[in-house]
Amino acid sequence: MAETARQEFMLGEGGGTGGGPQNLHVGVGPAHPAMHGIIRILTELDGEVIVNADVEIGYLHRAFEKDCEQGSWNNAIPYTDRLNYVSPLINNFGYASVVEKLLGIDVTERCKYIRVIMSEISRISDHLTCVGASAMELGAFTVFLYMIKAREFLWELIEDVTGARLTISYGRVGGVKADLPEGFAERTRKAFKDTREVLDEVHRLLTGNRIFMDRMVGVGALSREETIGYAITGPLLRAVGVAYDVRRAQPYDAYDRVEFEIPTRKDGDNYARYLVRMAEMEQSMRIVEQALAAIPGGPINVDFEGRPIDPATYVDQGKQGKTEGLLLLPITLSPNLQGQQRAALDRVNVGDKRVVLPPKETAYGSIEGLMNHFMLIMEGYGIRPPMGEAYFPVEGANGELGFYVVSDGTDRPYRVRCRPPCLPPVAALPRMIAGEMIADLVPTFGSVNMIGGELDR
Amino acid sequence: MEILAELQRRFGDAIVETHDRGDLTAIVARDAILTVLGHCRDDVALAFDVLMDLTAVDYLRYPGREDGPRYEVVYHLYSIAHNHRLRLKVRLDEDDATVPTAVALWPIANWLEREVWDMFGVRFEGHPDPRRLLMYEEFVGHPLRKDYPINRRQPLIGPAS
Amino acid sequence: MGVGTFFTSKLDEALGWARKYSIFQYPFVTACCGMEYMATACSHYDIDRFGAGLPRFSPRQADVLFVVGTISHKMAPVLKRIYDQMTEPKWVVAFGVCTCTGGFYDNYATVQGIDTIIPVDIYIPGCPPRPESVIDGLMKLQDKIAAQAQRY
Repeated sequence: MAETARQEFMLGEGGGTGGGPQNLHVGVGPAHPAMHGIIRILTELDGEVIVNADVEIGYLHRAFEKDCEQGSWNNAIPYTDRLNYVSPLINNFGYASVVEKLLGIDVTERCKYIRVIMSEISRISDHLTCVGASAMELGAFTVFLYMIKAREFLWELIEDVTGARLTISYGRVGGVKADLPEGFAERTRKAFKDTREVLDEVHRLLTGNRIFMDRMVGVGALSREETIGYAITGPLLRAVGVAYDVRRAQPYDAYDRVEFEIPTRKDGDNYARYLVRMAEMEQSMRIVEQALAAIPGGPINVDFEGRPIDPATYVDQGKQGKTEGLLLLPITLSPNLQGQQRAALDRVNVGDKRVVLPPKETAYGSIEGLMNHFMLIMEGYGIRPPMGEAYFPVEGANGELGFYVVSDGTDRPYRVRCRPPCLPPVAALPRMIAGEMIADLVPTFGSVNMIGGELDR
Repeated sequence: MEILAELQRRFGDAIVETHDRGDLTAIVARDAILTVLGHCRDDVALAFDVLMDLTAVDYLRYPGREDGPRYEVVYHLYSIAHNHRLRLKVRLDEDDATVPTAVALWPIANWLEREVWDMFGVRFEGHPDPRRLLMYEEFVGHPLRKDYPINRRQPLIGPAS
Repeated sequence: MGVGTFFTSKLDEALGWARKYSIFQYPFVTACCGMEYMATACSHYDIDRFGAGLPRFSPRQADVLFVVGTISHKMAPVLKRIYDQMTEPKWVVAFGVCTCTGGFYDNYATVQGIDTIIPVDIYIPGCPPRPESVIDGLMKLQDKIAAQAQRY
């Protein structure tokens, strides 16, 4: 590698004085203005045409797999947040699902729907970032601003549910951290309405835009055979016409109960990838809307007429002296708070004391609850899946996100392997850009949607 | 389960062990792995056209396996046409941690095998480009091995701790 | 001294005032924090209000280096080189807890705080920091720029 690096910017590989044309070696990255993400592409140029390229990764390797082996099974969840940090919820649920598979437990119905809803919101924000950033690199800065604005609408929803904007650690083995807050469905509908407006604007700005199409159509294409040979999944595979989607092929959670289409294109170029991503966002919103309508279990806090009560309103009313009838209302904390009551916790977590922490009500209120809490937290105790191994794939924003775990029967994972969905397209990047102009590197790299945390782990 | 029975029928002793605990799994003898992988890819009934994942596990500290073969190289295959999956494993001894490369079958094996070499020090015979993938060339050792301490740092610049 | 001192300090103040509102930043974006950096730079939080709206992706044209995200040992020489390429006066912001201390990545691959490699002016902790704390850090940097002795 060091040898290759030294050749950079030197004319030709040979003696230098011999006749004939010589190729120019140009290193792009790891810190390059037109690339979001740290990766080094060593290109060999004949004029402006890329003859050959070599990709070097690993600049963001931060030992995800080794770190996971150090703590308990649930302690790996914050690390999974930082794999694909644009759609961390999907990583959380993927990891939780593989441990559940190992333990042989099935999460509650409401939890499945929550996982579907949150995964899809995450997927939309991932696609928004991908399309926005690659449009920005082609000069369409407006699109970037619009799409980050839309992402902010979704992040507000995510923050509402999980308490954090980005690194959310919301999944748990056996369930999720907390139930959805009151009024979540209405806020989601509002956010989707705003997001759809943004997508409309972006369609008007980009789809059919002459400059954009000149940079995208026919650029960075990969054949169907090569795409499969490189194990590329997700939007890039669907852009060559293969309708493979884990959500449909091997449905998990509640994906078998919602209707959605798998958008595909034929051409396999950057433009097809862009169109697939744009169409997928619409499908994701469709899934969330269906899931919100079908999610079992209504609000927990209701008044005597069955209308939901927001705990904050309750407090406000009390402060204003409007106490009539308040005392008799069976009011509780927001189901979204972590130190919640049993009713809220049980709906989203499996009733298995070996796996799920007891609600704070029980942990502080009874000796059994406290013991249960300690048995799950103490070093050497905690969740102990049986010896064995399991692989579980979910559909990440970039393709099949698989987790392969090996358990030795103790409270720590013996091995956690993440199958990163964006490693195969980056491995195929030299094939995509060979024979094209060096400027085409930028849209192709954008359409690959390389996410460093996931690529290098 | 039919897949495993079919593999056993065809390859006999080369399939060391099979089980179906959650995922279809077959442990294959090292010498036969390329043949088995090739058959899995090309056979019409199997048609495993995607090498979903290739990784390794270091069983140095695994209860009951301290003395056995130290490494396992794990192949996860998927078939788009038939929508089924298969896991193949090869067991390797510590002093002879070498597997034939699968680059000729799937181009993605190139990078995945480089990563396994980088992280575990398992060698892939015939690999066209046997460099590290994630760590830098100056790095000594293979960090995902169980005997590599997690905070043994080898900085290129700056202090060591 | 007398008049000279009076004169110099006033010029210093004027320069400091001008400098603090014309921050040309180099976002050295590596990891998750980049997402929050994007959010801060875009319309919702809009750091253009603080005169720092224009990222320069060349170290020669920038005077504040935003180190956004985990720095691995493989990346460390690159960071050092970019810092060396920047012209004086220059400042460094450690954005996110990985750049401050290494965060929860206490392992073989991660640099335990970029201040082991380059000097840092402002630390913004958080994993990742919310845009509000980024803006707070930026304002602290502005105060620092305005108050320090100016070289010209």
